[in-house]
Amino acid sequence: MSELARELPTPDLLYSEVEEDLRSSVRDLLTDRVTPAALLARAETAEPYDLKLWKTLAADLGTAGLMVPEELGGHGATTREAAVVLEELGRSVAPVPFLGSAVLATTALLGADSADPVIAELLPRLAGGELTGALAVPLSTAPGAEFPATVTVNADGTLSGRVGTVADASVAELLVVPATGPDGPGLYAVEATAATVTELVSLDLTRRVADVVLENAPARRFTSGEQAVAALDNALTTAAGLLASEQTGLTEWALTTTVTYLKGRYQFGRPVGGFQSLKHRLANLYTDLVNARATARYAADALAGGFDVPIAVAVAQARVAPIAVHAVEEAIQLHGGIGMTWEHPAHLYLKRAKSDELAFGTPGRHRSRLAGLVDLPA
Amino acid sequence: MTVTAEDLRGQVERFLAAHDPKTTDRLEFLRARFDAGLAWVLFPEGLGGQGAPRALQPGVDAAFAAAGAPDNDPRRIGIGLGMAAPTILAFGTPEQRQRYLRPLWTGEEVWCQLFSEPGAGSDLAALATRAVRDGDDWVVTGQKVWTSGAHNAQWAILVTRTDPDVPKHQGMTYFLCDMTAPGVEVRPLRQITGEAEFNEVFLTGVRIPDSQRLGAVGEGWKVAQTTLMNERVAIGGNAVPREGGLIGLVAKTWRDRPELRTPELRDRLVQHWVESEALRLAGSRLRQQLAVGAPGPEGSAMKVAFSELNQKLTGLEIELLGEEGLRYDDWTERRPEKVDFLGREAGYRYLRAKGNSIEGGTSEVLRNIIAERVLGLPSEPRVDKDVAWKDLPR
Repeated sequence: MSELARELPTPDLLYSEVEEDLRSSVRDLLTDRVTPAALLARAETAEPYDLKLWKTLAADLGTAGLMVPEELGGHGATTREAAVVLEELGRSVAPVPFLGSAVLATTALLGADSADPVIAELLPRLAGGELTGALAVPLSTAPGAEFPATVTVNADGTLSGRVGTVADASVAELLVVPATGPDGPGLYAVEATAATVTELVSLDLTRRVADVVLENAPARRFTSGEQAVAALDNALTTAAGLLASEQTGLTEWALTTTVTYLKGRYQFGRPVGGFQSLKHRLANLYTDLVNARATARYAADALAGGFDVPIAVAVAQARVAPIAVHAVEEAIQLHGGIGMTWEHPAHLYLKRAKSDELAFGTPGRHRSRLAGLVDLPA
Repeated sequence: MTVTAEDLRGQVERFLAAHDPKTTDRLEFLRARFDAGLAWVLFPEGLGGQGAPRALQPGVDAAFAAAGAPDNDPRRIGIGLGMAAPTILAFGTPEQRQRYLRPLWTGEEVWCQLFSEPGAGSDLAALATRAVRDGDDWVVTGQKVWTSGAHNAQWAILVTRTDPDVPKHQGMTYFLCDMTAPGVEVRPLRQITGEAEFNEVFLTGVRIPDSQRLGAVGEGWKVAQTTLMNERVAIGGNAVPREGGLIGLVAKTWRDRPELRTPELRDRLVQHWVESEALRLAGSRLRQQLAVGAPGPEGSAMKVAFSELNQKLTGLEIELLGEEGLRYDDWTERRPEKVDFLGREAGYRYLRAKGNSIEGGTSEVLRNIIAERVLGLPSEPRVDKDVAWKDLPR
């Protein structure tokens, strides 16, 4: 009840001019460099990620360091700006490790003491896009989950263990690893070369997952105890909240692409988009998009302002994840046969949307969590 | 010079100092507030406002409410404030604006809307109520339906057919109709809930002076569009707190009555909680867009979503109540002045919510609006587009 009764600040659910400028630069870059044909061509090669594009996005446009304070080499912006980048990345299913590096690994480091030498060395490099990171937890890990016990700290301070389905790990140089030792939980920095990272065959062709195996891997601890637990949870919470913006971008792509197609596709002597049964389905998708955008924007603003975060994030994931999946499913159905082909990019979006629905907890899991937060007991 | 929030704060303070709400007569207070330009601040000077940004209105209302000022009962006269007023402002002559807007705002004159007909609901432009010119008057004959508040109204906004020989959108003319004029008969129309919230209105040889015509002869459709746009902006216009409205009611029952809970109902309840919260945020976002002068077309989408959610929630509430859900509070025919979703019991809410997806534009029509005006999809073939109204099958 306390969560409900608390007075909430008025959120800003719009986009600022700065945010719109950021959006245009990101969109221009992605429009140029992420064409559907290029995406498809890349998807089955040995280099599914576009690391040149990532370099431009992360370093030249400065998106890797958006959420990092200026004194630590970043841009001192907030989750609001990162959310705008994710909307654009969702709209293009760009194959870049923004989520793993700029969101997950970076926010995990931000939760530690910035004076720690490991943070002081690594964070500016991550923020500058010079180093790519990943957070070694399964992508399906939800905020509020128990601190993982899969990696243990050996007597000599090295790490051993295995973590499955880690997002963006195959292109990371730095692994941020939650591990438990004799003195409790901690977060550790591990060079990827010290681990065995095996890319899996992923459902999502544009965001890969990998298994990470550590065998006496040298590691540097940068936070421990309660602070480590909180830093990990903050990283997962931030990522879950921001993922709603990526899902909003996906939803918008599905709607606009389908509308364009149905305006130009003629059957029975008329544009198919003129049939009411189809128009109403698109109007429903638009209604969903209006809901998704407001909900995602609220999560980004709540994360930026540090208010109402658990509820905002749970609502965002419970509401927006199914909207994105449904929107892409509708896009495929309404494209007819072409929507089912490999050559049409819709499947890449479906694979991303469905994977996103599992990422950081399913909608059902977020609903269960929310029920506790807003006092709707079983 | 743009009026600022600070200017208005000062004006409200000075107004309250000169008109103590505790000692000033209610009507006198409201008329003075109108004359001071503090009624609807976005309206022009002399007409209750001062051309201020729309976004400043809530602050003014809040300051008056906090001081215990009488309100003008916007619920009872919602059609006047939300639809008649903006239309009169947009199309009225200076005389019409002077004559009608002040008593409308103070609530001295209640308005209703004579648009829908038995044969022209969603297809409003098909309407058949005839107005025939006779000297300085028009003589109106026809039947209207779904008229909320007609039994309390002094005035109506009325759309009529004045030229049956041209296609249906062209031959219409818009009037301000005196509901006390001879020939106006209001009959209650009883609904699914047992209430007679709406009316049928029969117009038999009603004489309307030409001075009560709003807009040009034949331009009724254009004028009516302004009314309908404002209707849709008005829907979902109020800021609500989290768990405001129906979801709060159902959540409270859930918390207070543990014996009613089942796992299946819980998951549905939480889903509806999430949808309510998302819709509340979408409403906030829409208002923020309006406030910066970038009105989005989200209003229609919000109304569709809102109707569906209300229907799901009120259905869930009855199931949750179990045995009690089998009962109804009262089937007596009543004539309510406003819809009171929270003042009655679950069965009423369930039944009344069925109207949410019909009134103020059906969900089907709103989806067409979204599809055509927002998404730019082609319209269905219009077989009646170039046919004279009198030649249309009906």
